[in-house]
Amino acid sequence: MAQTNNFPETRFELEIPDPLKTDEFILNMGPQHPSTHGVLRVLLKTDGEIVESATPYIGYLHRTFEKHAERMTWPQVVPYVDRMDYLASMNNSLGYALAVEKMMGLEVNERAQYLRIIVSELNRIASHLVFLGTYGLDVGAFTPFLYGFRERERIIDLFEEISGGRLLYNYIWIGGVAFDAPDGWLEKVNEFCDYFEPKIKEYNDLLTFNKIFIERTANVGVIPADLAINYGLSGPTLRGSGVNFDLRKNDPYCIYDRFDFNVCIGKGEQGTVGDSWDRYYVRIEEMVESAKIVRQAVNQIPDGDAKETVPRNVRVPAGEIYFRTETPRGELGYYIVSDGGKNPVRVKVRAPAFCNLSILPAVARGTMVADLVAILGSLDIVLGEIDR
Amino acid sequence: MEPILKLFTELLPGLSPLLPYWLLATLSALIAALVLFGFIAVFALFAIWLERKISAHMQDRLGPMEVGGWHGWAQTIADTFKLLMKEDLIPEKADRFLFKLAPMIVFSVSIASFAVLPWSRDFIPTDLNVGLLYILSISSLAVIGILMGGWASNNKWSLYGAMRSVAQIVSYEIPISLSLITVILITGTLSMQGIVQSQQGNFLSWNIFHYFPFMFVAFVIYFIASLAEVNRTPFDLPEAESELVAGFHTEYSGMRFAFFFLAEYANMFIVSAIAATAFLGGWLPPFSFLDFIPGPFWFFGKSLFLVFVQMWLRWTLPRLRVDQLMYTSWKVLTPFSFVLILIVSFWQLLTL
Amino acid sequence: MREYFKNIYEAIVTILIGMGVTFRHLFVPSVTLQYPHEKLKLPERSRMKLFVNIDDCIGCRQCERACPVDCITIDTIKAGKDEDLGAASNGQKKRFHVTKFDIDMSLCCFCNLCTFPCPTECIYMTPEFDFATYDRNNLIFHFSNYTPEQVRELKEREAQQKAALANAKTGKKPEQK
Repeated sequence: MAQTNNFPETRFELEIPDPLKTDEFILNMGPQHPSTHGVLRVLLKTDGEIVESATPYIGYLHRTFEKHAERMTWPQVVPYVDRMDYLASMNNSLGYALAVEKMMGLEVNERAQYLRIIVSELNRIASHLVFLGTYGLDVGAFTPFLYGFRERERIIDLFEEISGGRLLYNYIWIGGVAFDAPDGWLEKVNEFCDYFEPKIKEYNDLLTFNKIFIERTANVGVIPADLAINYGLSGPTLRGSGVNFDLRKNDPYCIYDRFDFNVCIGKGEQGTVGDSWDRYYVRIEEMVESAKIVRQAVNQIPDGDAKETVPRNVRVPAGEIYFRTETPRGELGYYIVSDGGKNPVRVKVRAPAFCNLSILPAVARGTMVADLVAILGSLDIVLGEIDR
Repeated sequence: MEPILKLFTELLPGLSPLLPYWLLATLSALIAALVLFGFIAVFALFAIWLERKISAHMQDRLGPMEVGGWHGWAQTIADTFKLLMKEDLIPEKADRFLFKLAPMIVFSVSIASFAVLPWSRDFIPTDLNVGLLYILSISSLAVIGILMGGWASNNKWSLYGAMRSVAQIVSYEIPISLSLITVILITGTLSMQGIVQSQQGNFLSWNIFHYFPFMFVAFVIYFIASLAEVNRTPFDLPEAESELVAGFHTEYSGMRFAFFFLAEYANMFIVSAIAATAFLGGWLPPFSFLDFIPGPFWFFGKSLFLVFVQMWLRWTLPRLRVDQLMYTSWKVLTPFSFVLILIVSFWQLLTL
Repeated sequence: MREYFKNIYEAIVTILIGMGVTFRHLFVPSVTLQYPHEKLKLPERSRMKLFVNIDDCIGCRQCERACPVDCITIDTIKAGKDEDLGAASNGQKKRFHVTKFDIDMSLCCFCNLCTFPCPTECIYMTPEFDFATYDRNNLIFHFSNYTPEQVRELKEREAQQKAALANAKTGKKPEQK
């Protein structure tokens, strides 16, 4: 009893047990659980199937990225940055490279810029494909997972050809890219777009418009626009709530202002605006838009030496910067402090998945255990980025 | 008991005068049981292999290709040996007795159902006159085993799976029974053999094409409900992998897990076999001139086709949520099957 | 009521559409490879296993410095004045005995950063990828050609030279051992 006052009238109120009241069930979901997308631990208080509270506990994949970065030289940070959001390495290193370049006042070669756009948009498609597949798994459909990976494999093959890596590329460097595209690579990218665009229909037939899938996701985990903004959500998770905010449009970085694409927002087609289905469908639509950007970039790419502007020694003047880019998961911000030396003094990352996860307790209350899995999946978290 | 005894005396005419009746009856029953057990084991191995292959090809993969040479046909046999040799783990805080009992109950229930399945004109282990009722009642026993396993594991996820399973199987028994009642209305008998016999003729006289399209709807209702009965997608909530890790058999490993697994595939066959008997003419050929092909072929073929459809659905559909599962049962399947009973009874009255 | 029947209708239709998709895929040829029998042809740039062409190494240690995870360990001993170690294939003169060039592939993060600064392009990633072993020590690859005896000899010589140098500077007698 925290109350020490003996006087209040409540003293005589007997606590009458509700005969139908059952105990809460404390359920430890994770860190080893098939649908927590890695090593997230969610502590659930449940009343039967109803979740009364869900508290995410993170840190099981903490790899001290930020401390590591302080010890590394400027270019050495890039492989570490890749490992944060391992499903979208290109987008991560793009943000870091752009931030450092802005500090240095470095103007990057045109061809390298186009190559950067191509690879990061391809990586956005690859990341959303993984989302599609794992989200299918979360709601119990196995086959979309394999279909998603089938297409992703082609993207990864393209990446392997241009950068040598299949998952962690270390391709986008400060001042340019690591390699120029090999012969015939750009044609292959175009071929991939031709191959990929019709596949969207297959996903839609199999999963998106499946009645069971709609029932499982529509009206589940509704995040209203104001709540989404208050929690600092970003990326498709925010746009799913009907907020038109895409850094590629609203705060164009790199050369995104040269391309024609739409920002996809949730419209509440199958339920309420901001439900899990909207967040899912925004990503499906975004894949089409990314393919559009890739096509434009491949058609416009100028000739030149992509490695022209890569500095031999990276000298960053003293100062600090916050630079944000749009990764597949949302707004990835780098706050970098330099003292003019060989190493960054501080690299702080504003991880989109971390902020997106923070809304889970607010949304999960009152849903069912199965819904919780669907909501968690629709946030599209990557634990590598949350724990860093 | 009679038909199987008759079959034996026909096959081995020299035995019957030598042995007393009770011994002969016991022996023939034992042999039939052994044959069926062998069939279940082999079928489960085959079905698991088939499921792997079908899922793989639906997903643009190849599935097992190595063990045994041709398309990895021996993969499941190798897996069984692996499971046999695994350490028999029982969680420390588990209720040991119930934990061990659960897989036995689940498995023996699924074997018991085989007792009344008619394979051909002569081969039916026992032609009970309440065969259908027997199957319906025996298959609901599996719930006890599942609940037992889930509770005895002393694992929260298992308990969830078990509770879901109980709720699911109990509520889906109703549409199953109701849709089978329409069959009973038509055939006028509960005996499995009798149901088959009443569908004599070519495939148009099968129950599924009776009173078209109403019996077809009854068949669909039965099929959907039977998916729930055997915990297959889209009703695989008790073992929902992404939610409950592995549901009621989370803590089971080795041979005990294999028993659950085996029972699942045996159950798949049973519900398909019931559907084949009740709606698709059992061991009857689709055309009467195909009579020369023995009954077991047709019976097995029809059941296997339905098993294939179950697998097909599994690799296509997502999973329902608990409340939606209940909705499907109570608000869709049950009312529809009631309406069907009404329609079929009226139709029968009119055509009397 | 209309909603109820619409839902049922939609459920049936969309399930049938989905089943159509999976059924069509039953007959689509598989996209996977039967790995040990068929192997993917890896592109030239693929980064799997580090390789050092030690004949070309001039012992500049740039790769060691570039490595973010310190998986490269290099020991060098300065060549004598009159010693000629030859030149690397691109003409760079070798000035060091590379007595130790170890790469611990279990530490390597496959970032490729070591290959860029190399002046003679003697360290590079190869597309060879199946080098898993049962013992972690087997993942430490030794590239140096020097035998332990040679290394000891060279070290002794270096120590002598140093001592001689120190001797010349300070004018003291070398300590007797």
